[in-house]
Amino acid sequence: MSSPSRVRAKWTAIAGVPLLFLAIAALQVRIDAQTRSEAQEEEEMLLRSGKAIKSLSLGYDSLLADIYWTRVVQYYGERVGKDTATFGLLWPLLDVTTTLDPKLMVAYRFGAIFLSEPGTVGANRPDLAVALIKRGIAANPNQWRLNGDLGFLYYWTLKDYPSAAQAYLDGSKVPGAAPWLKMMAARVAEKGGSLETSRMIWSELYDSTQDPSIRHRALEMLRGLKTVEDEKSLDDLAGQYRRRFQRYPASTQDLRDAGLIPGIPVDVDGFPYVFGPDGKSHLDPQSTVVIPKDLATQPTARN
Amino acid sequence: MAEMSAPAIEILGLTKDYPIGFWRKRMVRSLDDLTLQVEEGEVFGFLGPNGAGKTTTMKLLMGLIYPTSGTARVRGRAIDDVEMHREIGFLPEQPYFYDYLTARELLDYYARFSDFSAAERRERVAQFLDRVGLADAADVQLRKFSKGMLQRAGIAQAILHNPKVIFLDEPMSGLDPVGRREVRDIIHDLKRQGRTVFFSTHILSDAEMLCDRVAVLAGGKLQGVGAPNEIVSIKVHAMEILFEAREGRPLPASLASRATQIGGRTRVEVPESELYRALDELRSCEARILAVTPVRATLEDYFLQLIGREKAVSHAVEVNPR
Amino acid sequence: MSVAPAAVALNTFREAVRDRVLYNLVFFALLMIGAAILVGQISIGIERLVIINLGLTAISIFGLVMAVFIGVGLIYKEMEKRTLYSLLAKPVQRWEFIVGKYAGLLLTLVVNTTFMTLGLAAALFYVGRPFVASDATILVAVYFILLELALVTGLALFFSCFSSPMLSTLFTLGIYITGVFAKDIRDVGNLTKVSGLKTATRIVYYMVPNFHNFNAIAAAAHGSSIPFSLVWQNTAYAVLYVGLLLLASSAVFSGRNLK
Repeated sequence: MSSPSRVRAKWTAIAGVPLLFLAIAALQVRIDAQTRSEAQEEEEMLLRSGKAIKSLSLGYDSLLADIYWTRVVQYYGERVGKDTATFGLLWPLLDVTTTLDPKLMVAYRFGAIFLSEPGTVGANRPDLAVALIKRGIAANPNQWRLNGDLGFLYYWTLKDYPSAAQAYLDGSKVPGAAPWLKMMAARVAEKGGSLETSRMIWSELYDSTQDPSIRHRALEMLRGLKTVEDEKSLDDLAGQYRRRFQRYPASTQDLRDAGLIPGIPVDVDGFPYVFGPDGKSHLDPQSTVVIPKDLATQPTARN
Repeated sequence: MAEMSAPAIEILGLTKDYPIGFWRKRMVRSLDDLTLQVEEGEVFGFLGPNGAGKTTTMKLLMGLIYPTSGTARVRGRAIDDVEMHREIGFLPEQPYFYDYLTARELLDYYARFSDFSAAERRERVAQFLDRVGLADAADVQLRKFSKGMLQRAGIAQAILHNPKVIFLDEPMSGLDPVGRREVRDIIHDLKRQGRTVFFSTHILSDAEMLCDRVAVLAGGKLQGVGAPNEIVSIKVHAMEILFEAREGRPLPASLASRATQIGGRTRVEVPESELYRALDELRSCEARILAVTPVRATLEDYFLQLIGREKAVSHAVEVNPR
Repeated sequence: MSVAPAAVALNTFREAVRDRVLYNLVFFALLMIGAAILVGQISIGIERLVIINLGLTAISIFGLVMAVFIGVGLIYKEMEKRTLYSLLAKPVQRWEFIVGKYAGLLLTLVVNTTFMTLGLAAALFYVGRPFVASDATILVAVYFILLELALVTGLALFFSCFSSPMLSTLFTLGIYITGVFAKDIRDVGNLTKVSGLKTATRIVYYMVPNFHNFNAIAAAAHGSSIPFSLVWQNTAYAVLYVGLLLLASSAVFSGRNLK
């Protein structure tokens, strides 16, 4: 049987410790609220030198690369889609990640796409993306997918079709490369940019990765490409309509009534296309489909 | 046969200097040119006050420290010969053992260094645990042992492999009277078995009771070797009387002035020649006599006498006092 | 060789176990379980990679910590606690004691690492894909980690013969870090114009154990193969260096007057 003073001490601790923890947690919440309002969107990155971090990692660079990769994913995921999003740290993070683990394929592919993409989706630095992919190819000469990603960059973002074709060709020479690389090299060399080629490239990207961000982006692009193609068809049909009826169609119903199309075409979201007064078809304003910005200026070579 | 006269322990000019001071430049001599021999089958006492160099000697013989000069042999083997250790047992002062082991495990571990079969080893461990009275505590971890129990475990590990020569450093220290009695019995036993026992102590009476011969060490130097009564004069210089004074019966003045009270008892010291007169005086005042004890020179007094100086309690510092 | 080193080794192992050192396996298991469950959320497509990286890194770090913290006390504790008094009175030579202590700690590390590797295998199994031939690289990586630990243990043991645990820890970790950076140090030396510095860094490079030789974690994570020549060269390196350390330790310890 313990003395009263010992019992008192015990119960004071049992009651006091949780209370103190709660107080500390509450205080921390207040501290966080204050600092959050002062914080800018950009996170801090104390060390940017990949080489320095590699040295400091004392041989555990492989795991550290994975940790930095996690930061990349988190950094991107927090910002994508937000109006004020900028991706200033994306390059340094990817730089460090690939310096720590030059074999981390997903980092190169991620960088190829999201370093080059503009606006709220990427860092709008295709030059850095190319640099990253080239570094990846140098470190992993057997990874033909990287050549494919380089081809993608030249084709889609930089519209440098000769370089794209060359990249695809180089990739096709790697032992074990998939046949589509060679085919792509030929297509691009011959026809330059086209909707069909673009669709094939984004399809290939979608199929070849498990990274959710990349897949999401690829899907968006494919939806947008389909829409552009649909709109082009509809614009053609509108032209035919005009030649017949001396005016542009008011809606797709007009086209159907004229027998030019069998039914009401809808976009991938299920909304019917609408016509503007100039006879150009557009997406329904409620549709969530995103048309890639520079597709409007894509060469319209069709096949 | 030459072996008959070979001593069990031969120490020749053993010397040990320790560097001390911040820069370890000064040397202090803790053992100075020790030469002595111990015959087979002897129980030999190594006497001296604290800090005399007894433990230093033991550590030198065991190879725990190395001599500055001089040599020693045990059963004809030099002390730096590892085979010598097969025939000896050692109980260190305040034995330190692996406290995460049980007594049985400890003995088993040490026994592995001798050539026993597994079965033999098991048997011996059980036997000696019993011998030192640790059979019940055999599977208790040593960290739970009392000092006396540790001492017993220490003795067990020292004799378990039936060594011919056993070295015991202050074997009685920290033991209660029962424990001391048991150790004495074990030493007697060993002697009966014809083994040589070399033990150090600063307690004179233990040496007197057990030893064939003793050596006396002080200040790192050997002061003398011989049978106990040759060495230490059992010169009695006073008698101490312990008594209870009776209520209402005052003491005679001559005694009262020299008396000291301890609790309800009184103690008085008188010269041997005056013993009977003092007893008569006490009888006349009906005091109750409790004890009459001879007061002898302590070992320290003895050394003071020998050396004639107050530096008897070691001018040599053992580097690491406990 | 007598039975003495083996007896000392087994007792050293027993001490580690009784010291509940193996409880670190519990933390490792929790770590692996947590990782296996969470890795899907964090990094799609590279689960295996992350589990292998995490597992091998943890095996390495846990092992290092154990090697250093137990190693620096190996000899020191016995001298401080004077348990050596009764032990060295037995027919055991000083070098046999050193070898036995070393072998005991190494045995502890091997047992510990083996359990951890099994845990890693279990986590991999949980995360999906069955084992493939390239997984042999994981075993090679574990083996290299063990060689590293053997070296670090040897270093800790050596310092334990004459300095306190705190200093020994500093020395051992200092040499370990120098060994990890050895290549960089040499490269700096090669670039410099100061000739003395170049020679000095060269000497450091060859004297310090080159731990960078033993890093195969990235290779295991990516399933690259490791040439057999590297395996036997690393083994030989470790054997030689450990031999050197044991020799030095025995020499130091044999000359010591115990307190």
